[in-house]
Amino acid sequence: MSSQLVTNLTILVLAGFVGFAVISKVPNTLHTPLMSGTNAIHGIVLLGGLLAVGLAGHSVFNKVILVIAIAFGTINVVGGFLVTDRMLEMFKRKPEPPAKPPEPSERSERERDDK
Amino acid sequence: MTLATSFIHDANLIDALYIVAFGLFIYGLMGLTGPRTAVRGNRIAAVGMAIAVVATLLEAQIGNWGLIVLGVAIGTAVGVPAARNVKMTAMPQMVALFNGVGGGAVFLIAWAEFRIHGGFANTPTYVTVFTLFAAIVGSVSFWGSNIAFGKLQELLPGRPITLGGVQQPLNFVLGILAVAAAVDIAAGSHSQAIFIGMLVCAALLGNFVVLPIGGADMPVVISMLNAFTGLSAAATGVALNNPALIVAGMIVGASGSILTNLMATAMNRSIPAIIAGGFGGGGSAPVGAAAGGEDRAVRSTSAGDVAVQLAYARQVVIVPGYGMAVAQAQHVVRELERALEARGVEVKFGIHPVAGRMPGHMNVLLAEADVPYDLLREMDDINPEFPRTDVVLVIGANDVTNPAANTQPDSPIYGMPILEVDKAHSVIVLKRSMNSGFAGIDNPLFYDEKTQLLFGDAKASVSEVVAELKEV
Repeated sequence: MSSQLVTNLTILVLAGFVGFAVISKVPNTLHTPLMSGTNAIHGIVLLGGLLAVGLAGHSVFNKVILVIAIAFGTINVVGGFLVTDRMLEMFKRKPEPPAKPPEPSERSERERDDK
Repeated sequence: MTLATSFIHDANLIDALYIVAFGLFIYGLMGLTGPRTAVRGNRIAAVGMAIAVVATLLEAQIGNWGLIVLGVAIGTAVGVPAARNVKMTAMPQMVALFNGVGGGAVFLIAWAEFRIHGGFANTPTYVTVFTLFAAIVGSVSFWGSNIAFGKLQELLPGRPITLGGVQQPLNFVLGILAVAAAVDIAAGSHSQAIFIGMLVCAALLGNFVVLPIGGADMPVVISMLNAFTGLSAAATGVALNNPALIVAGMIVGASGSILTNLMATAMNRSIPAIIAGGFGGGGSAPVGAAAGGEDRAVRSTSAGDVAVQLAYARQVVIVPGYGMAVAQAQHVVRELERALEARGVEVKFGIHPVAGRMPGHMNVLLAEADVPYDLLREMDDINPEFPRTDVVLVIGANDVTNPAANTQPDSPIYGMPILEVDKAHSVIVLKRSMNSGFAGIDNPLFYDEKTQLLFGDAKASVSEVVAELKEV
């Protein structure tokens, strides 16, 4: 095995364990945002597209599929992070006074408008 | 100038940036696991991604800037509005779609690599192996995710679509063919036809694997495909010697696998059984037949009647499901909860781990409507409460309350943990119609003598109940 391969496999295995360790203690509530967030992270394949397009040569077909790959990767990254952010915004606690008198709903609606 | 230029193109600097980037991914992901730190965690991961992209753009082999800008511009123009405008209810489809394009990028890159190098005869064996792995898995993920999207968006029927007995052998043959093509290419074949053949086999496999899976299992499938795309990204990283890609891809692969397993466990389904498919459609026939012998009468009720029952209850448990999501009823549900609390009724929410279309789907929606966290109870906490609950209000949930899971061994969902709403004194089910749930299984709960049904759109029904409550 080449030393480059050994290095890569080492990173691969360690990253796998990091993934298991970090994720194994997530409350149910956050499963959907978490899935969406990790989904955005694998959009990192965008880097592969960026690197490959430099070598595309004169073939128009190569260029076309790589532009599509870059566009796909960008959608995955940008869309993924934005959607996750939107989901998570909803979990933010509204700045409420600690004692919560059961007030009519007008107040919270005004708060939402302010945002 | 030349000094500065050589510095920013320095391989060490680029490697350092990659290390910072994957450090941020891990740190961000740690943040994503807690409600307080989640927003920050996501943004930290996004910063990591930006750094990784910048580092890549500094690499010496980068060229064709025009094409890079074009691709990124198209991706942004499509991705940003899609993410901004998608309704919270359509979130699962959106995740499926974003996952799919990620897989698509992976196999397209592998294909381009093949064409650029004119086959893999002269590349190191490990690069070839990982690239081909990425191509096959990426293609499966792309097509599978698109089918999942189609099913959730109801472009395709949610029920399983199978070829019957030939399905499994056919999938097996397709898998073998894809691997055989890969082996041929790894052995030095220059034929692009073989590479395309491999992609086509993988594409068909992706379609055939997801098509037979019933709608109820779809969250598990999306999570699994998410893990697949992560693994294919990691493989691409190994082939390109890019540490950021390896770390990010592998973390997603690992976390996706765990999440898949958690979801499958919550539904008491094994992952092989889900892949084998046929959940829902196949099983509904015997269940329907068994239930056919019972008294099929259902009792329907009115909003006014529901309001009275709720108003004089001591404890009410609200069980939301996909019906609440489609109707966008979460805000009126919140109003109902406040109105009841103002009358001194104790209100809790019973959240099944797979209610809706994804785990946590209900939590997202209720959080959007400002329902306090502490009212949301998970299945194990709320189940012991049902026997002393006066009224359970089931809003558009079906399969997760189906007592057949406990009582009918021949039911396809037998053994799945459910919210035992049938233990409560009375049950009110808000439903659009008598159609069966997403899994296509009949629900004996509806024919139970303590169950009443309030037909109509969840939002309209709940609003009516809230209005009636003021009159009581």
